[in-house]
Amino acid sequence: MEAGIILFDRYQIQDVIGIGGMGSVYRARDLHFPKVIKLVAVKEMINNAPDPLVRKTIIQNFEREANILVTLNHVSIPQIFDFFSIDEKSYLVLEYIHGKDLEALLSDNDGPILEDNVIAWAIELCDVLEYLHSYKPEPIIFRDMKPSNVMINQQGRVILVDFGIAKNFKTGQKGTMIGTEGYSPPEQYRGEATPVADVYALGATLHHLLTNRDPRIEAPFSFSERKIRSINPKVSNELEIVINLSLQYNAEDRYQNITDFKNALLSVAKKTGALSRVTIIKKNDTQIIKPLWTFRCEDEIRGSVTYDNGKIYSGSYDNNLYVLDASDGSFVWKFPALGGIVGKPTIYDNNVFFGSEDKKIYSISTRTGKESWSFQADGPIRSSVKIAEGHIFFGSDDGYLYAVNLLSNRMTWRIDSGSAVRTTPFITKDNVFFGNEYGEFFCIDFTGQIKWRFKTKKAITSSPIVDNGLVFFASLDSTFYALDAKSGWVVWRFRMEKGSISSPCKSENSIVFGSADNHIYCLEAGNGREIWRYKTEHQVSGSPVIHNNSIYCGSADGMLYSLDLKNGHERWKFKTDDVISGSPTIVNEILYIGSSDHMIYALYA
Amino acid sequence: MEIFEKLFGRKTKKVNVNVETAPLSMEQLTIVTKEDPVVSPPQLLVGVGQSVGRQRDHNEDALFYFSSNFANSMKDVNFGIFVVADGMGGHEFGEVASSVASKIVGENVIKKLYFPLFSAGSSAAPSESIQEIIEQSIKLAQNAVMQKAPGGGTTITVGLIIGDQITIGHVGDTRLYFLYPDGRIETKTNDHSLVRRLVDLGQITETEAKTHPNKNVLYRALGQSEPFRPDLMSLTIPKPGHILICSDGLWGSVGDDELFRLATNSESPSIACSKMVESANKAGGPDNISVILIKIF
Repeated sequence: MEAGIILFDRYQIQDVIGIGGMGSVYRARDLHFPKVIKLVAVKEMINNAPDPLVRKTIIQNFEREANILVTLNHVSIPQIFDFFSIDEKSYLVLEYIHGKDLEALLSDNDGPILEDNVIAWAIELCDVLEYLHSYKPEPIIFRDMKPSNVMINQQGRVILVDFGIAKNFKTGQKGTMIGTEGYSPPEQYRGEATPVADVYALGATLHHLLTNRDPRIEAPFSFSERKIRSINPKVSNELEIVINLSLQYNAEDRYQNITDFKNALLSVAKKTGALSRVTIIKKNDTQIIKPLWTFRCEDEIRGSVTYDNGKIYSGSYDNNLYVLDASDGSFVWKFPALGGIVGKPTIYDNNVFFGSEDKKIYSISTRTGKESWSFQADGPIRSSVKIAEGHIFFGSDDGYLYAVNLLSNRMTWRIDSGSAVRTTPFITKDNVFFGNEYGEFFCIDFTGQIKWRFKTKKAITSSPIVDNGLVFFASLDSTFYALDAKSGWVVWRFRMEKGSISSPCKSENSIVFGSADNHIYCLEAGNGREIWRYKTEHQVSGSPVIHNNSIYCGSADGMLYSLDLKNGHERWKFKTDDVISGSPTIVNEILYIGSSDHMIYALYA
Repeated sequence: MEIFEKLFGRKTKKVNVNVETAPLSMEQLTIVTKEDPVVSPPQLLVGVGQSVGRQRDHNEDALFYFSSNFANSMKDVNFGIFVVADGMGGHEFGEVASSVASKIVGENVIKKLYFPLFSAGSSAAPSESIQEIIEQSIKLAQNAVMQKAPGGGTTITVGLIIGDQITIGHVGDTRLYFLYPDGRIETKTNDHSLVRRLVDLGQITETEAKTHPNKNVLYRALGQSEPFRPDLMSLTIPKPGHILICSDGLWGSVGDDELFRLATNSESPSIACSKMVESANKAGGPDNISVILIKIF
């Protein structure tokens, strides 16, 4: 209906204030009071049942319900002034409420609502539901409790709107029904509606307000899979327990009436009000973790360490490759390059391979500690090396990705990517994948031919991984990408708040990586949906590693975090004195990590 | 050079055997040789089937597919978009809903993904990710259904194949299956039906689900007024193998094993689809039947 139309010779339509599935809600002016502006809400319901007999029944039901509603008298229920039907449309004229509904408030808040407010509103809602449930002769079951049906008026009072009259219009044709309110209890599908249904729906509403997770988007009856405090740890334990009880699957396991629910909420209010604000008990303090051993180098350890045959190999910014005994960290030997070593060494065929900022790739015998051979590129080498197909692959700041033959020690080919290559290449059966500092990502085959390339807006320093046909990597343009390995097309992407240099790791269906926005993210590998995120105190510069359902990741605040893979909860954290930029290596339940504080640590995983 | 052999060569072994043999008859041959000849470049062969069934008086299902190949010396790309939509709400609503939804999804995907593939700038990949485009297409379909068939609704299952990856967008209880050469048939979509949810929660058994009074109730479909999110996922296609997309008129009447047998033992996917439709009708045909069968070489 357009503004200006006069309905039923009395109500002048001004504006649309809401749209529902059945029709719209309008603000209108009651012209029977010409000397003042009396505003009303006009709810329009479109009756589109194809069968004229069904249509007639619907109108009769509607009239019967309107007759009940007009007799209600409660401060939280808007007054009904009039109702009428014209052709296929029925109209309800109600008191106009100045305020916002809880769905709008939640969206304005951009996050869960404070517990104190939620408890206050919950108690008022219990009040009005109590009133409805004690209606004589038959209790009125609201059946449509949800945030969009609760308004908060100018005085901060709760007003229930939309009295389920629309229910009559929602039955589908011929068996198949669509849609669910998400807040409805299981028994409502069986056609059973008892006052306990309102208990469930109120619990569902409160759950939504405290977690900001819309139950309509999730699978039905899945509240127990989304525990309130695992999403919003600020909520008190007591309130979570009370709401959980109202959301029990079986009606007989919930509060049996709304009064019991209200009393439970009142005691929570007393408890949390009486005590001064209680914060969630912090996990164990950081220094409970004691390292197995530590080793000090002369400069920063920027890369990751490698384990092989009882020994730990690590490069350092002091130009040395250190080889330590893995069991006690004692020094075995070291090899001096002429520039810092920031990549992760690779062991192959009794030799350790690594690149250095002195532009060389070294192959050192693990038995003698002497150089077997070396190869010179045209720029510092900051990526780690990868060995496959009888070749060693690595990138250099000279912009090339090199393939050097292990037997002849000569270059087979190199590709000019146009900008420094600092990512570690990922090798699959047929292709090599890498990115560069210009933001370009490449897929090349073993002959050196470029199969496809993809451009992001900023540098790619994160090393890619390929799994199940998808290539995963992060860019400094604040986006994490999943590309189709064959064509290079973006299958999905995930926006972070800042860029990332962290390389991802994957376990089954989860992909984990860090970001300069201080978070460690865990996403679903198939579609990029966030499973959880963990906030650290600083940029997450390190790359995570997954071991035994736990994540291990270092951060720029010097902390090494261990989180639970499934839900991102902190297991423990260990403090070093400077940035951790490498990723941990875990062997035999011992974790080895280097830090910019010049130390290599061995910890129990 | 191993690399070149790896790319181009194929090692064949020659073995000498001193045994008398006689050629197999055609019949014996077809039983024994289940293996398809090697086909290159990779391509898809598609069949479709549809029937109003035996108990309904009109068809509210819709299906759409578009499959293409581009190959030259440098690359080969196979592209396919496959959509099945099962409408509900009666004549004016179900039919319109499913048709409108499948058309809009087809149109948006072809516009956003297919045309850039073949436009003059050869490496013009779209600026949005594939999943974003599928999600967007389903949103557009939802708006169209709300507008053109208010009160009606439809399920929709979209499969987009590019190269070796399939991206699936899904709402409702239409199903997408992967069929593997070793005999496995796996559902890749979740039915958004109330009974499926109850079975998952352990509240009812699979058998109870089949005769449940609410077995037609969906908790998510296009046309519903409440907010929802389609399921999205990207998977590697079974290669070689088959992909089957069908409405509940098929999977509700014909068991998975029978579907596998009919799909893989026919001379072509088109004939297989006709056989599957026939099988559903023979079992009573209680609902409209729509099916797309994709054979992957």
